[in-house]
Amino acid sequence: MSETHAATVSYVRDTMLPPAEAPVTERGAIKWLRENLFSGWLNTLLTLIALYIIFVAVRAVMPWLMNSVWNAASLGECRQIVAAAGEGATGACWAVIRDRWHQYMFGFYPRELYWRPVLAFGLLFVALAPVLYYGNRRAELTLTATAGAFVIAVLFALGTPFGIVAAVTVLMAALLALAWAAPKRLVWVTVFYAPVCYLLLWGGSVWAPVTAIAGFALLAAVFVALQPRVGVPVALGAGLVAAVLWWAYPDATVARALSSILPIGLTAVPSTQFGGFLLAITIGVTAISFSLPLGILLALGRQSNMLIVKALSVGFIEFIRGVPLITLLFTASLLLQYFLPPGTNFDIILRVIILVTFFAAAYLAEVIRGGLAALPRGQYEAADSLGLDYWQAQRLVILPQALKISIPGIVSTFIGLFKDTTLVSFVGLMDPLRGVTQIVRADINWKGIYWEPYIFVGAIFFLMCYGMSRYSMYLERKLRTDHR
Amino acid sequence: MALAPDAPKDSFRLSMLIYDTRFRAMTIQVIVLILFGLAVAWLLNNTVQNLAAKGKTFNYSFLWVRAGYDIEQTLIPYTNDSTHFRALLVGLTNTLVVALVGCIGATILGVIVGVLRLSKNWLVARIMTVYVEIFRNIPLLLWILIIYVPISEIAPAPSAFRVTEEMQAAGQAPAASKILFDTVAVTNRGIYAPLPLFSRPLGSVDLGPVSLNLTFLSIVAVLGASILAYRALRARARAVQEATGVRPVTWWKSLMILVLPTALLLAAMGLHLEIPELTRFNFTGGILLQHAFTALTLALILYTGAFIAEIVRAGILAVSKGQTEAAYALGLRPNRTMSLIILPQALRVIIPPLISQYLNLTKNTSLGIAVSYLDLRGTLGGITLNQTGRELECMLLMMLIYLTISLIISAVMNVYNRSVRLKER
Repeated sequence: MSETHAATVSYVRDTMLPPAEAPVTERGAIKWLRENLFSGWLNTLLTLIALYIIFVAVRAVMPWLMNSVWNAASLGECRQIVAAAGEGATGACWAVIRDRWHQYMFGFYPRELYWRPVLAFGLLFVALAPVLYYGNRRAELTLTATAGAFVIAVLFALGTPFGIVAAVTVLMAALLALAWAAPKRLVWVTVFYAPVCYLLLWGGSVWAPVTAIAGFALLAAVFVALQPRVGVPVALGAGLVAAVLWWAYPDATVARALSSILPIGLTAVPSTQFGGFLLAITIGVTAISFSLPLGILLALGRQSNMLIVKALSVGFIEFIRGVPLITLLFTASLLLQYFLPPGTNFDIILRVIILVTFFAAAYLAEVIRGGLAALPRGQYEAADSLGLDYWQAQRLVILPQALKISIPGIVSTFIGLFKDTTLVSFVGLMDPLRGVTQIVRADINWKGIYWEPYIFVGAIFFLMCYGMSRYSMYLERKLRTDHR
Repeated sequence: MALAPDAPKDSFRLSMLIYDTRFRAMTIQVIVLILFGLAVAWLLNNTVQNLAAKGKTFNYSFLWVRAGYDIEQTLIPYTNDSTHFRALLVGLTNTLVVALVGCIGATILGVIVGVLRLSKNWLVARIMTVYVEIFRNIPLLLWILIIYVPISEIAPAPSAFRVTEEMQAAGQAPAASKILFDTVAVTNRGIYAPLPLFSRPLGSVDLGPVSLNLTFLSIVAVLGASILAYRALRARARAVQEATGVRPVTWWKSLMILVLPTALLLAAMGLHLEIPELTRFNFTGGILLQHAFTALTLALILYTGAFIAEIVRAGILAVSKGQTEAAYALGLRPNRTMSLIILPQALRVIIPPLISQYLNLTKNTSLGIAVSYLDLRGTLGGITLNQTGRELECMLLMMLIYLTISLIISAVMNVYNRSVRLKER
């Protein structure tokens, strides 16, 4: 305050007033209500409408949920129990889930062999650990331990014979020890996961996957032997030709010979017995893991300077994206017999997986192309000026950035793919949503039930898909390197 | 000082095809082309062999054979004496009508939900979030089934709507009654809804192969003229505003210009709603909506609407806050800010993903298979395929048609996208 001012005014307050509390309407819950729910006539109206909708929904659903029946042998029995609750009472009949949960989970997979898909599911997370958190010992340990505990708990709950539980416990303990001692070695679990998983799910002779791996070993051997003399491209080409020749001709014969000499293996389970979420997850996980590399290649092909490669990529992507998935699935079930050599007839699940992979790869290619296009031109030029060749530039500079940008799109494509696995019911496979529910509803005991099975399956799909989208948000935040 | 040796002579060696970047691209492309050609030849050869082994030929003459099956929902004249090609067209129109209704409905729902999700009202925003998350994370097939199964199994038979004289005497109500002011009947055969009809239609003119519906044409002509007049009025108002700074009051004039002529025309032609009435066994009059159609369309609208809501929300959030603040600083009111500043910029972000949602919706109409809706896949790829046994021809034709629809939609929407895109100079 200036001197003159102090001299001209007669009174100046020299002590602070004690701070008064804010008015009742400007603090606490009332302030929040006024600001968020009743800030104007439109907002008030919206709030009242919303409250009314919630009221109606709760009034309709609550009694139905409160009168849930968990123990009954048929829908009729359920209705009797509900009717006992009072005149005009409604109630959910979850007894159907209790009765048929194993079909929703495993389809017609033999009951005594449930430990195999459960173990495969647990190993999936062990195999994923190095992919998600490479070299991070704590995260890998946590994931492996959780997967192990989950598998053992589920096996106990399923009443699996003690010998199998003990063997699985030993295996999981060994993996845990590996994750603790050498977290980077865990990547070998990932490498060998596909054949192990195949063996666990479908069973059969041990030798078929082993000889198939031998093809890859042959590829590696030829590559290592030739690479110093003729360089990477020729050696890779020669290795591929050798491996393809191995798979095309002696592979099956050798496998058959070995299994007649040393017949070890697991009980074979035909594809027709697969169903429920076992089928959805098998198709989903396989298609996801193969569509990502294929999608990256297609995106690079579409961005390529080579005219023919570009034209082929564009043609493939646009064709697949232009037709509904159902037509592709029908192609798998009806047309593939025309396009393959006469007499070929391979597994319907495999055919569906191939077509679903193509479908997802075309969508992924477009997502990744968006990421590639979003990178500033300078990144490409900087990589070139460092003297990196095409693949080095892609691997070290371009793709890490492009993939990071495209994470939301990639994950939502994966979610879409997982949801689309329900469509396999139209080619005669037992998906959890329509295939299994049809079987359950065809049973005389459960005829006429509709809300409960759909709510059950929908809730599981929701948990999985919502989990995936949350993980993608976490990943986006973790990988964000720009400054803000 | 020795001179640098001459640059090595450019003599061509075979290894340069792989190691010289000038030639490598060529080599790769030639190899790819050869492999592609071999693959195509292999597939074609297999197909020819397989067709020969099954004693089949590849031709489309079956399209002109009598179809022999009935289709419940036909938008163009069709009987079971029509050809398979006619059945294909019926299926195509059924696909397109679901796609069209679905796209319009999903856009309206999506825009409303997307805007409400950004609302300051906590409760409304939460409810919309729950809706979006639930519908996005559960397969579309479930929504189709969960709508279709209850309405087709719970809905009463038409006879339940009957009121007999004994019941009237006893003062009993019928087992079921029509909803929405006694106009819509939900039965197990379908939903009977009122149909707008004209008591004095203008008829139609036959012009050789096509017949022109004069009633429809006159409505379109009058509506078009009203819109032109409305735009002229707007232009005059703007001119007056430019000249004098005062904008003349136009809202009642434009309302009259837009509504009155069409309303008068409709009244002159005698527009009324034909309400379905219960006759001896069934409802007559009005329009019958198949449950399959209702379930498919409703599920598509709800499912795609959730995706569009997210797109709209992201689009509005993408316009930076500075734009709003700048508009307020210029003295624009909130609604003018929305329509003049935010929406035009948000549209540029919204339209490309919106196009792909429209494409997805159109392709997802093929899920009508779950409720036996006879769309393109149900006729050409379903009954026709099974009756004639021509899998290869039917599937290829069906894929081609879907591909064409997709390409047309994306072409049209791309033209629109180009017209709203930021003009860069």
